[in-house]
Amino acid sequence: MKEKRRKAQKIIFNSEKEMPIAPMSLGSMTFNLTGAWRNIRPVIDLDNCLQCGICWKFCPDTAILIENEYPVIDYDYCKGCGLCAEECPAKCITMEEEIR
Amino acid sequence: MKKPRTMKLSLPLEEYMNPGHLACQGCGATLAMRYVLKALGQRTVLCIPACCWSVIDGPFPYSSLDVPVFHCAFETAAASASGVKAGLEMAGDKETTVVAWAGDGGTFDIGLQALSGAAERNDNIIYVCYDNEAYMNTGIQRSSATPYGAWTTTTPVKHFKDQPKKDIVAIMAAHRIPYIATASVAYPEDLFKKMKKAKDIKGTRFFHIFAPCPSGWKSRPEDTIKLARLAVQTCYFPLYEIEWGEKYILNIKPREKKPIVDYLRLQGRFNHLTEKEINLIQEEIDRNWHRLLRLCLQPEEKPTA
Amino acid sequence: MKKVIMGNHALSYGAMLARVQVISAYPITPQTQVVELLSEMCASKVLDAQFIKVESEHSAMAALIGASLAGARTFTATSAQGLALMHELLHWASGARLPIVMGNINRAMAPGWSIWSDQNDSLSQRDTGWMQFYCANNQEVLDSVIQAFKVAERFYIPAMIILDAFSLSHTYEVVDIPDQALVDTYLPPFQPAFRLTPDDPHAFGGLTSPDHYFELRYKLQKAMEKVPEAVEETGREYEKLFGRYLGTVDGYCLDDADIILVTSGTAGSTARVAVDNLRKKGKAIGNLRIRLFRPFPFKIVRQLLRRAKKVAVVDRNISYGHHGIFYQEIKSALYGFSSIPVFGFIAGLGGRDITPETFEEIVDYTLSHETVDSEIIWIGVKK
Repeated sequence: MKEKRRKAQKIIFNSEKEMPIAPMSLGSMTFNLTGAWRNIRPVIDLDNCLQCGICWKFCPDTAILIENEYPVIDYDYCKGCGLCAEECPAKCITMEEEIR
Repeated sequence: MKKPRTMKLSLPLEEYMNPGHLACQGCGATLAMRYVLKALGQRTVLCIPACCWSVIDGPFPYSSLDVPVFHCAFETAAASASGVKAGLEMAGDKETTVVAWAGDGGTFDIGLQALSGAAERNDNIIYVCYDNEAYMNTGIQRSSATPYGAWTTTTPVKHFKDQPKKDIVAIMAAHRIPYIATASVAYPEDLFKKMKKAKDIKGTRFFHIFAPCPSGWKSRPEDTIKLARLAVQTCYFPLYEIEWGEKYILNIKPREKKPIVDYLRLQGRFNHLTEKEINLIQEEIDRNWHRLLRLCLQPEEKPTA
Repeated sequence: MKKVIMGNHALSYGAMLARVQVISAYPITPQTQVVELLSEMCASKVLDAQFIKVESEHSAMAALIGASLAGARTFTATSAQGLALMHELLHWASGARLPIVMGNINRAMAPGWSIWSDQNDSLSQRDTGWMQFYCANNQEVLDSVIQAFKVAERFYIPAMIILDAFSLSHTYEVVDIPDQALVDTYLPPFQPAFRLTPDDPHAFGGLTSPDHYFELRYKLQKAMEKVPEAVEETGREYEKLFGRYLGTVDGYCLDDADIILVTSGTAGSTARVAVDNLRKKGKAIGNLRIRLFRPFPFKIVRQLLRRAKKVAVVDRNISYGHHGIFYQEIKSALYGFSSIPVFGFIAGLGGRDITPETFEEIVDYTLSHETVDSEIIWIGVKK
């Protein structure tokens, strides 16, 4: 899943000849690592995770993946909105200060 | 970590919306797209007029969606979708679902004429209005979907919006189209189920999806789902379906109707409201809710004259 | 097969023979018969097309943009106020590079309400990136629809077929309706290089930054520049199959002409009656009718006009605060290539008749003036 996302590259046109005649998409926005927008980061305490999938369900950035039956945060894209932490019924996600 | 057990997800795992998109933190409109595409699948074409989503999807030469998108002119979502449907059919594709995906401004205001035209012709399209209750993409100006009492940049606190929200669902019901549903990002399973149902109906189908906007509502990004849930629990935004403009089906009836103040107080756009104004809002919600309950009575339950 | 039909029906037959697949239109006088006949054709399955009967011209063009992007051959027709309402989407169609073909019946813009002919409606759309073909008779109207699709689909540029209100739209003339099989040879099915489909998903028309927008418009202009030659080439091809050449311009008695009357639309046919009359009186007059107005056929116009001693341009339109629009264009084409005097006349606004006498007055004026001392020479204003 993660690998599929990384495939996208930024598209550079060196000349008008390389461009399509009409404005049309040729690649995915996944090159755009929106994790850089984040100033707080969600951290999941998997020991207390109920595996309910609610954090995954309510992520507007599809930045929570399911791996080995547990949610995993994809920090490349997580914008730090905090919805997952707010909606987690077990309160096992905490929002921590982002240190870069 | 405990021993893993199989997770039971309430929605399909498959995603048609990719990360990297340009939505603000906690965007409700983005969740709406994610759920709708889960229900409709890849053989879907979206016609997106000017709205937040024309930015969220990403600039040329990119897209964050795995389905084809036609970024169309502001007032043309419905007409564009009608044209795409006809074009696809004539090019030999009769299966693809064509969706007009517009914001509240593009639906309640500038796109209403084209929407009415498509609905009157009962063109075979799904029209989705994701409602964040103002022109958010241009910077929070009032639309006719903005509720009474709200601050926007064109309804400043000194003269906040003093007209109620336009009843778009009633307008669409008057067109007697086969299917109308309201939905909320706080109830994705309900949204998913209704969108699946709509996919198999022929003719014009209209969805009104409630999509909180932290940037425009001056709410916390993490409160998006809470707000959408409260909108249903307070009966401000009830979830229901209408078949052929006549048969009303209530999807969720709150066990206990919460006071609207709980909803208003989480949003900076309503900060200035006095108790008197809040009471007015509560009264209007009560009236609308009772009207809806009456409409939802089955024929045999309806009182005779 | 020869038929006596009105100009509006020539548009419908042209669309039918081009096997258009999606039509979307809204009624407006004097266009109505175009869509009435097309409705009949669709209903009786003579034409296998979907006709979306929309609630406005704006939606008509919006629907066609969607249908064209989805890969269908598309057609509509409108006039005046309807064309003006479409304006936003005319830019859209050309910017998205969609080969939509549209008939426009030249009708004067309100107020006051007018249903009669002048060219301000279509010329106001000059800069929207559409090809514009001005027609002089019903046969040309029909032929132009078919040719326009061929050129439009080669370059991905939309095209407008333009005819005068009533003097063409409602005038019945003998028209040869070409054989469908031959038209099919000339115009094969539309096979777009890109289209809106889940089989190959792309997002079309997204936000385009200053980094890219400029090049996209450069490419549109470069494609436009190839059109005049392609019109001549496809016109010759048309002639081989159907016996009628369709060029960018149409000259009459130009070889020895001292004065060339430059016209467009049906005024061209009237000008020719005047040319014949004047030649009988020993005056060497010729007529150059501009058929393709956008893109402008600079090369041939220069080549043909340079031989004359004087040029008289007749405009059934006006750019307020400037002068006749064809007059601007002809002067601009000749600038730096020729110093012959070019006179600009405005006649026939709002459907006022343009008669052979109108042209004789124009010729008299041109003969009696050696230099241009007036931006506009008004013909027929009651003073």
